[in-house]
Amino acid sequence: MSELYPDESAQPPLAWPAYRSTRLRAPSRPLTVMPHSRTELTGPVLGDGRVGELDHDLTRQHAGEPLGERIVVHGRLLDGDGRPVPHSLVEVWQANSAGRYPHDGDQHPAPHDPNFTGVGRCLTDADGHYRFVTVKPGAYPWRNHDNAWRPAHIHFSLFGRAFTQRLITQMYFPGDPLFYQDPIYNSVPEGARERMVSAFDLSETVPEWALAYRFDLVLGGAGAVFEDTSVFEEDE
Amino acid sequence: MNVHATPSQTVGPFFSHALPWPGGPLVVGEDAPGAVWLRGTVTDGAAEPVPDALVETWQADAGGRLSGSGFRGFGRCPTAVDGTWAIRTVKPGTVGADEAPHIAVSVFARGLLNRVVTRIYFADEPERNAADPALVRVDPQRRATLVAEPAPDGYRFDIRLQGEGETVFFDV
Ligand SMILES: [Fe+2]
Repeated sequence: MSELYPDESAQPPLAWPAYRSTRLRAPSRPLTVMPHSRTELTGPVLGDGRVGELDHDLTRQHAGEPLGERIVVHGRLLDGDGRPVPHSLVEVWQANSAGRYPHDGDQHPAPHDPNFTGVGRCLTDADGHYRFVTVKPGAYPWRNHDNAWRPAHIHFSLFGRAFTQRLITQMYFPGDPLFYQDPIYNSVPEGARERMVSAFDLSETVPEWALAYRFDLVLGGAGAVFEDTSVFEEDE
Repeated sequence: MNVHATPSQTVGPFFSHALPWPGGPLVVGEDAPGAVWLRGTVTDGAAEPVPDALVETWQADAGGRLSGSGFRGFGRCPTAVDGTWAIRTVKPGTVGADEAPHIAVSVFARGLLNRVVTRIYFADEPERNAADPALVRVDPQRRATLVAEPAPDGYRFDIRLQGEGETVFFDV
């Protein structure tokens, strides 16, 4: 295990042959360790300008409502010390409830939903909390191996405060029977995979309207170190 | 660290309707003073273009200021079918006394379970490049992979994910 996963950060290795697309794309040379400069310890502040009024509600972006199981997805964005990351852009995208993306390259013969684009954005609040309303995405087949299916997932993109904290990941749903055969999910070391799995959250369900899942995200990187310095304040 | 970082997962093949936006590649306006195009191609281990990568840049302004002062500093451009990308920006100033001007780069793609991170340096800064604390850590034979070459409308910086001429990627 330690050879496959040389660092303790529980990140997936770049070279993971079971996921076929890594074979010609994963760098073959080891990464070069670099001293961070201010460039890595700061990051873009993408604020209100990137977020429209209905961007957080994926069920209200068209004339009608999308088909599928309506869900609330919410949680907190934290840094590696467990502190909330406020006012930070969260981008999400997902397949519709039938497992289809509105993308030319998606050839899965499942129906498109004219009332669902599957793209959302919001900013975390002062406590690092975010909340989306959407429909539960469907699983979808892909050609990685024989009869391969991706577990249902929502793609997340996070910035945090520093370039070092930039993260793109996927949120999964608890108890998905497809986990065992998915090389993307299983590229993460055992023991860390659960961090990508949301939890059913009765407290945030809306009676007679929507179920809810909680997904907290923790950013790695050294960016939080910068928060207490005058340099970061100057940049704010 | 007292809480565990969330693992990375691939951006996948289907982000082009979600992450790019028309202004994404424009770190500065088309007519901004000193604006240049930073262009390149992303290729894979078979030297084939990667048509579904996302290139993001982060940099200081011409005066070396990172964020604040109204400078967005961030660029985002998906690759085209021929693997090309382009960012409209200015050459950054100096952020640290001994550092050469540089731009931080993230590349996301189907087949990359985590982003790969590199830096763009500039060929017209040979002396400062030779003293840069990150660049000096790089195998001299591979440093050229981090140096953007002058082009008619700015600079050219190709990204080779794997194999011959593989770009140097950093552990951040
Ligand atoms: Fe997906």
